[in-house]
Amino acid sequence: MDDPHLYDFAPWRGRPKLVWPGGRTCAVWVAPNLEFYEIDPPTHPRRKSWARPHPDVVGYTHRDYANRVGHTRMADVMSEFGFPGSVSLSVALCQHHPAIVADAAARGWEFFSHGIYNTRYAYDMDPDQERAIIRDSIATVEAATGQRIRGWLAPALTHTVNTLDLIAEAGMDYTCDLYHSDQPTLAKTKHGAITAIPYSLEVNDHYGFFIYNMSPREYADTLIRQYERLASEGEQSGTVMCIPLHSYLIGQPHRIGPFREVLRHIANDGRAWVAKAGEIVDAYRAQVPA
Amino acid sequence: MTLNPDYLDYPRRREGYDHDLYDWSEIRNRAPVRWPGGRPLAVWPCIAAEFFPLTPSDTPFRAPGHMQTAFPDYRHYTARDYGNRVGIWRLLDAFEVRGIRCSVAMNVAVAERYPALLEAVLSGGHEVLAHSTDMNGTIDGSLSADAENAIIGETRARWAALGVAPKGWHSIARSQSFRTPDLLRAHGFDWTCDWVNDDLPWRFRNGLVNLPLNHELSDRQILNVTQASADSYATQIGDAADWLAGEADASEGTGWGGRLLALELTPYIIGLPYRIGAFEALLDRLIASGQCWFAPGGAIIAEWSAAQG
Repeated sequence: MDDPHLYDFAPWRGRPKLVWPGGRTCAVWVAPNLEFYEIDPPTHPRRKSWARPHPDVVGYTHRDYANRVGHTRMADVMSEFGFPGSVSLSVALCQHHPAIVADAAARGWEFFSHGIYNTRYAYDMDPDQERAIIRDSIATVEAATGQRIRGWLAPALTHTVNTLDLIAEAGMDYTCDLYHSDQPTLAKTKHGAITAIPYSLEVNDHYGFFIYNMSPREYADTLIRQYERLASEGEQSGTVMCIPLHSYLIGQPHRIGPFREVLRHIANDGRAWVAKAGEIVDAYRAQVPA
Repeated sequence: MTLNPDYLDYPRRREGYDHDLYDWSEIRNRAPVRWPGGRPLAVWPCIAAEFFPLTPSDTPFRAPGHMQTAFPDYRHYTARDYGNRVGIWRLLDAFEVRGIRCSVAMNVAVAERYPALLEAVLSGGHEVLAHSTDMNGTIDGSLSADAENAIIGETRARWAALGVAPKGWHSIARSQSFRTPDLLRAHGFDWTCDWVNDDLPWRFRNGLVNLPLNHELSDRQILNVTQASADSYATQIGDAADWLAGEADASEGTGWGGRLLALELTPYIIGLPYRIGAFEALLDRLIASGQCWFAPGGAIIAEWSAAQG
């Protein structure tokens, strides 16, 4: 396969003008990943869960830090500056640590599915297996929070060629898995178009700290540069900036202080429409129905 | 290809963890800890004193920092030896001139080979933490129960022959098996530090205490892995200290409380001439803040245990 035909080509130059509420130029959404990684997951034939034999003590407990310490530290800073989360949720967190999910719900955050566990991969699932994890996700989040999830970020970013069709079939209307633009676009499915909302690998805290080896202050500077450029270009046609986070990373004590200054900067700038994923999708689809 | 249907079974999907080793709690919901002198932040310096045999072992895995070239790797053998001959003395001097007591996680082979170093650590009032036999003494889940038991038992016996009985254990690379917490109890250890999930100590169900030795704040991670400068290291640790102390300070009525800043120090990394000055300046900055209680791990655990009621 050369081209999965996910969407139509559209050049950045000369795009139709998107406008955001209040004339803001950049829609900013924060996407905390609230995850659960299993200590002893079954083996997937195509991907290892852990670098070390189980238990991978550092790998597992580093992630565990999120659910003991990091989440609240990160969430308090977000709440301080009025940033709601749009949560990429390992839905089994609803069973393992319901208090964390309840905290996010109480802050008014939106949830979308990031699979059952971040140690269970979708590669090689047949459509019925993938339907099962989609149904499980919808039912689990609805039971825990009352919210009907609208979006999907594939578990550990593992896909099948059916994924977009199957989430559309289940009634979801956005995907966070496509990285081809700084604006929302339409993604094609067998069940009509859904919205591909820009998530981000490049300014994801995981990439910042573990791919690019940035210091906390360098990462904060990166986010501000990303924001400044997108807010400026957004005068031509509204842009989207996502800040994807993992509280076992951004919630570490040497990182949260510089990150807090990023949120202060964006909140005080005046050009940012701070929103949840579903709100951005709705504003986009009001301008680009299909 | 279709995945095995079992792949969608989740037998440990339940409230709490997917294991029975320890229980979950959120740090903000625990009884607040107060450190001596009302200081909000316990700072735990933990030096790694390591002996790398010239012939490395890959069973079950080769330790970080071990030999890299074809035999004989004199380059890394001697560069690591620098840590025990020079780097650790710089660190001990930096602590002693400032009245700071620390932990030293020592391969028992270091203590046997360099009695002057062991003597300096003990007479300086520092604490010895067992750190396996030597840097070939790695443990992980692929090791047999007998082999793992032998490493921990041999380490205990060789320390006993030196008249030292460490209460704490630090595995090489923080690598343990599912059996390790029970084996450590069986060999008379009270605590470990390899499980890096918290900014306070906590207790395994079997009674063993874990004092998390943050790997992200280790000199190896910041200086070697991310290749930051010594000044950046000092800034990052300073930022961490400020945040943790502030969080602890804000604890009245919010559930926050005293916090732990664990500093893993590797003599051949942080103890180099062009880095040690930045580290000494960091210590002075932390002292001047008035927020820090510097202590060995065992003393921090004792204070924390007393606060558990």
